[in-house]
Amino acid sequence: MSKHTLSVLVENKPGVLARIAGLFARRGFNIDSLAVGPTEYAEVSRMTIVVNVEDLPLEQVTKQLNKLINVLKIVELEPAASVSRELLLVKVKADQQTRSQVLEVVQLFRAKIIDVAPDAVTIEATGGSEKIEALLRVLQPFGVKELVQSGMVAMGRGTRSITDRALRPVERIA
Amino acid sequence: MQVSLEAEVPHLFDPQTDGEAEMTEQITGAKALVLALESAGAEIAFGIPGGAILPLYDPLFDSTKLRHILVRHEQGAGHAAEGYAMATGKVGVCMATSGPGATNLVTPISNAYMDSTPIVAITGQVPSSMIGSDAFQEADIRGITMPITKHNFLVTNPDEIARTVAEAFYIASTGRPGPVLVDVAKDALQAMTTFDYPDKVDLPGYRPAAKPHGKQIREAAKLIVAAKRPVLYIGGGVQLARATKELKQLAELTGIPVVTTLMARGAFPDSHPQHMGMPGMHGTVGAVGALQRSDLLIALGTRFDDRVTGKLSTFAPDATIVHADIDPAEISKNRTADVPIVGDAREVITDLIVAVKAELDAGNQADLTGWWRQLDAWRTVYPLGYDTPSDGSLSPQFVIERLGKIAGPDTVYVAGVGQHQMWAAHYLPHEVPHTWINSGGAGTMGFAVPAAMGAKFGRPDATVWAIDGDGCFQMTNQELVTCALEGAPIKVALINNGALGMVRQWQTLFYNARYSNTDLHSRRVPDFVKLADAMGCIGLRCESADDVDATIEKAMGINDAPVVVDFGVHKDAMVWPMVAAGTSNDDIKVARDLAPAWDPEEL
Repeated sequence: MSKHTLSVLVENKPGVLARIAGLFARRGFNIDSLAVGPTEYAEVSRMTIVVNVEDLPLEQVTKQLNKLINVLKIVELEPAASVSRELLLVKVKADQQTRSQVLEVVQLFRAKIIDVAPDAVTIEATGGSEKIEALLRVLQPFGVKELVQSGMVAMGRGTRSITDRALRPVERIA
Repeated sequence: MQVSLEAEVPHLFDPQTDGEAEMTEQITGAKALVLALESAGAEIAFGIPGGAILPLYDPLFDSTKLRHILVRHEQGAGHAAEGYAMATGKVGVCMATSGPGATNLVTPISNAYMDSTPIVAITGQVPSSMIGSDAFQEADIRGITMPITKHNFLVTNPDEIARTVAEAFYIASTGRPGPVLVDVAKDALQAMTTFDYPDKVDLPGYRPAAKPHGKQIREAAKLIVAAKRPVLYIGGGVQLARATKELKQLAELTGIPVVTTLMARGAFPDSHPQHMGMPGMHGTVGAVGALQRSDLLIALGTRFDDRVTGKLSTFAPDATIVHADIDPAEISKNRTADVPIVGDAREVITDLIVAVKAELDAGNQADLTGWWRQLDAWRTVYPLGYDTPSDGSLSPQFVIERLGKIAGPDTVYVAGVGQHQMWAAHYLPHEVPHTWINSGGAGTMGFAVPAAMGAKFGRPDATVWAIDGDGCFQMTNQELVTCALEGAPIKVALINNGALGMVRQWQTLFYNARYSNTDLHSRRVPDFVKLADAMGCIGLRCESADDVDATIEKAMGINDAPVVVDFGVHKDAMVWPMVAAGTSNDDIKVARDLAPAWDPEEL
């Protein structure tokens, strides 16, 4: 199994997320991560879906996705030719004794403190999944009280946009 | 950003021009829905009214273009729409109210999805303000049917009704056809709107490919003329694409043997010398052997279904695969294609003919004599056949064979699911396209009677025979009431063995003849002749071989009422040949414990 990141442009219509999630479920594909949001066009939303599949099932899942009427375009983003980020909010125990150590970690990872309480701080961090994982490993000993993570969002490098044909489109594999 | 590719709406969907409703005239959403269905070319709709869809039924009452057939169960409406679509090639229409009315459509919608049948289902929904409140007769039918429709819609704005209907018909009938559901909230039907049927649909995410890639066609043509053991493996897509004439041309041009799957019976005449019959779990030895020993499968409009391939890893092990389908997702889904071709079957075959001709003109042609010697040996040694029961009881295969002889190849035959379906696939004369209607992928018992009704409404001048089992018949026979009252004099050949025959066959073969819950006792109860009579039909009974012809002829002579012929047949008759589920096609049996000898030297 290998991880693949798909950028999926969809019509911004009710039920589209259910159609896509349902398709993955009934065809037996697992979604590692999913992020949905608006794009530069009001009528179009963009999903970044990370799936853990072999190449052949990936081809099948993209073809099935393409059959959905509300799906406009699917592009697989190669890790080397794209940038990807996740957002982490984590609430860590930080009292008189440990606060300075926690702050040091935050600085090392170029993260931010966005809320402070007498015995805890809430940290915001963005980055690739490796950085987020590393940060969490370092914070763990202090005591993680709560954490929430976004799905990965990703974009191709360079000047091209996803509407350019030059990017590898998965839609016409056959 | 190029997301607004417009597609021409086919000619069928000419906008309403007779000014029945001017664009500025205020009408109800319900009236707009009726006008939209008329504009989409719908002539007939099968359905049952109910609370949420009642507003639609009021203007529908006045329509002179759209006839509504009041069925007895919504499942019947759905299968009737399918039968209509399969017999005519047009989009079938069914309608139901919210909640249970809509959920009763689920089985036919699923059936249409599996067999790529173009139908549009219109359902009423509770008023938009009540959606999500568990209101009376509320069901999220859009959510329920998402996995079994090509697309579906929920309309809450009356201004969107006409456009949505146009899109629904366009999606259902183009590309790989399929079912589309339009769920309309009651308040949208009641609210006022103007009618404006679009002459174009704007579906940026829907661009069905029709024209195949020239390079792939040339590649395929090269393989076709070079192969030593090629087979044309033909599926239902060839019927859907109306490509049967072109298929015959291609077959005769190349001299390649043809096999037709269950959904493609009739796409190539059974009587044609190049026809090897139906492949699959109950295929002929010739057809199954041809696929297994082939070095090139030219798969057209077919999807390598498990009922055709048997154990996939052992299917046609030596074959190079040319696979053409209009749905890219079918290509390399089950078996990896060496030459994938995305396109409409008629376009593909037309282009293949040109490309193959060019190859032949260049003197490239493999010798198929040896291949045909082997094929002919298989079909001579292992023809289809059946034993006449020794106890003097009626053989079901004999009944179906005689029916085919007497009713002829132009009759529309509609089957349910089970043993009778397989015998009908084998022993009826499949000579004419679009005259064989059955439930393939979904295997929906109870399909035959309502589908035959729909076929009869679509082709009123044709003789329509349903071949049904006693199990199937007891699921949906109430639509014979509809047939009797609405003037659809179909004929039903009830192959009554008193059991769920196919399940019983599996119990015989794989469960030590322990007949758990397959005995229906329907040779005793119900009395099908009386039941037919009670439903306004003519009931006939036949239990001996000597009476078969006379009974069929009597039924053929009755054209003012539906006819049900209860053929009491032998209980232990089995469908052969058979490839047991999950095993290799190589292990096909022509009778119990009797495998064919594959090696031509042994023949």
